[in-house]
Amino acid sequence: MPPVRHNGGWVIAVSFILALLLTTMPLPGWLSDWRPAWVAMMLIYWCMVLPDRVGVGIAWVLGLLLDVHTGALLGQNALGLSVIAYLTLRLHKQIRTYPPLQQSILICFYLLLFQFFTLWIRGIAGIPPQQWLFWAPVASSMLLWPFFFFIMRGIRRKYNVF
Amino acid sequence: MEYHPINTLFVRSLSSHAKIIVFVLVSIALMVFDHKNGHLEFVRSAISTVVYPLQYAAGFTTDLPRQISALLVSRKTLLDENERLRDEQLRLYSKLQRVATLEEENRRLRALLESSIEFYDRVLVAELVGVELEPFRQQIVINKGLTHGVFNGQPVVDSGGIMGQVIHVSPFSSTVLLITDPTHSIPVLINRNGQRSVAVGLGQDNVLSLEHIPVNTDIEEGDLIVSSGLGRKFPRGYPVGTVSSILHVPGELFSSVLITPSAKFGESREALLLWPDQQGKATSDVAMTH
Repeated sequence: MPPVRHNGGWVIAVSFILALLLTTMPLPGWLSDWRPAWVAMMLIYWCMVLPDRVGVGIAWVLGLLLDVHTGALLGQNALGLSVIAYLTLRLHKQIRTYPPLQQSILICFYLLLFQFFTLWIRGIAGIPPQQWLFWAPVASSMLLWPFFFFIMRGIRRKYNVF
Repeated sequence: MEYHPINTLFVRSLSSHAKIIVFVLVSIALMVFDHKNGHLEFVRSAISTVVYPLQYAAGFTTDLPRQISALLVSRKTLLDENERLRDEQLRLYSKLQRVATLEEENRRLRALLESSIEFYDRVLVAELVGVELEPFRQQIVINKGLTHGVFNGQPVVDSGGIMGQVIHVSPFSSTVLLITDPTHSIPVLINRNGQRSVAVGLGQDNVLSLEHIPVNTDIEEGDLIVSSGLGRKFPRGYPVGTVSSILHVPGELFSSVLITPSAKFGESREALLLWPDQQGKATSDVAMTH
């Protein structure tokens, strides 16, 4: 296979670090329940635009970092994120052509799936979240997605990441 | 050299099925091992060392406004505070003198009765790292770890009462499970009459539930609940909470009792790590975590 030239790997790395930071940044009371799933959104974005650079492997490692970072069961986020990455990779050509609204709806489905995994795992482990607010991050991520997408696209073009 | 996007895509999509299956299976295996028995503590500890700078950074940025306001505080305010703290110290010292004699007497009497009780004399102040962990769990990160001698299961208290126990230790930080977490229970007794019970977390900040309180128990609102030390994890006699509500459901054998934790979970930025006095036990605990 011929070597493929890449550029701007550090932008991807920094964006993931930022997403991890935002995940545990303390927020005032009610707002923290509505915290968007930053890492999942960032992962979906990069899998969508650069499927040959960011894939299931990176998603899994990221998930493991997130598990330790948030004190979750080891492998809980790793499982969810790698499945999301896999689905995004499979559909990346379609997603790219969708208008932002339609993208948001797809993101909503992905994150619902992710939360379902979390719910199952936590249910089996005996620590089920017992509030409807458990689903709040899905809604907030979905609403934020169009803005997030435009900002990330701007960043990607500015630093010429490919 | 030519670049064949079609080719690489084809190769990738073939292997990606296998890849996802492997990753999912590995994740499930990890979860099972992590949940069933703490065999993966060294993995978590290693990853924690990588992740700790991130947590530290998140905590630092949120702490920034406080740091800046601390820089701008006036000399007068500092002097006033100094004065106030000096007064408080004097008051506490005088109180401590009484406690010291009582404790010594207690120790002698217990020695006469040949009852072994552990005193937690060695303490270390740890600072909370300002991060929010998994939603709907009650955990905190503190800035002391293996290098400071922290061990798994170590009790953590603050100025109000018992906060929780250490569940993960990494070289420079550790995770503390608070007593309000739904998976946490702590053996307690009612300070007024010595009635034993277990306080279970409900996953909310400011409430715990007292289990196994028969309807005819002598318990009132405002009763102080202290740790009983029966589980051999927590020291005896530290405040856990005060009874906030008692509900008798007709036909039920047990009443449902809620208590408000004494520890100031939202407010305190420092926590105290306790070490049991009996050196033998302490070292064997440390040895077990390795």
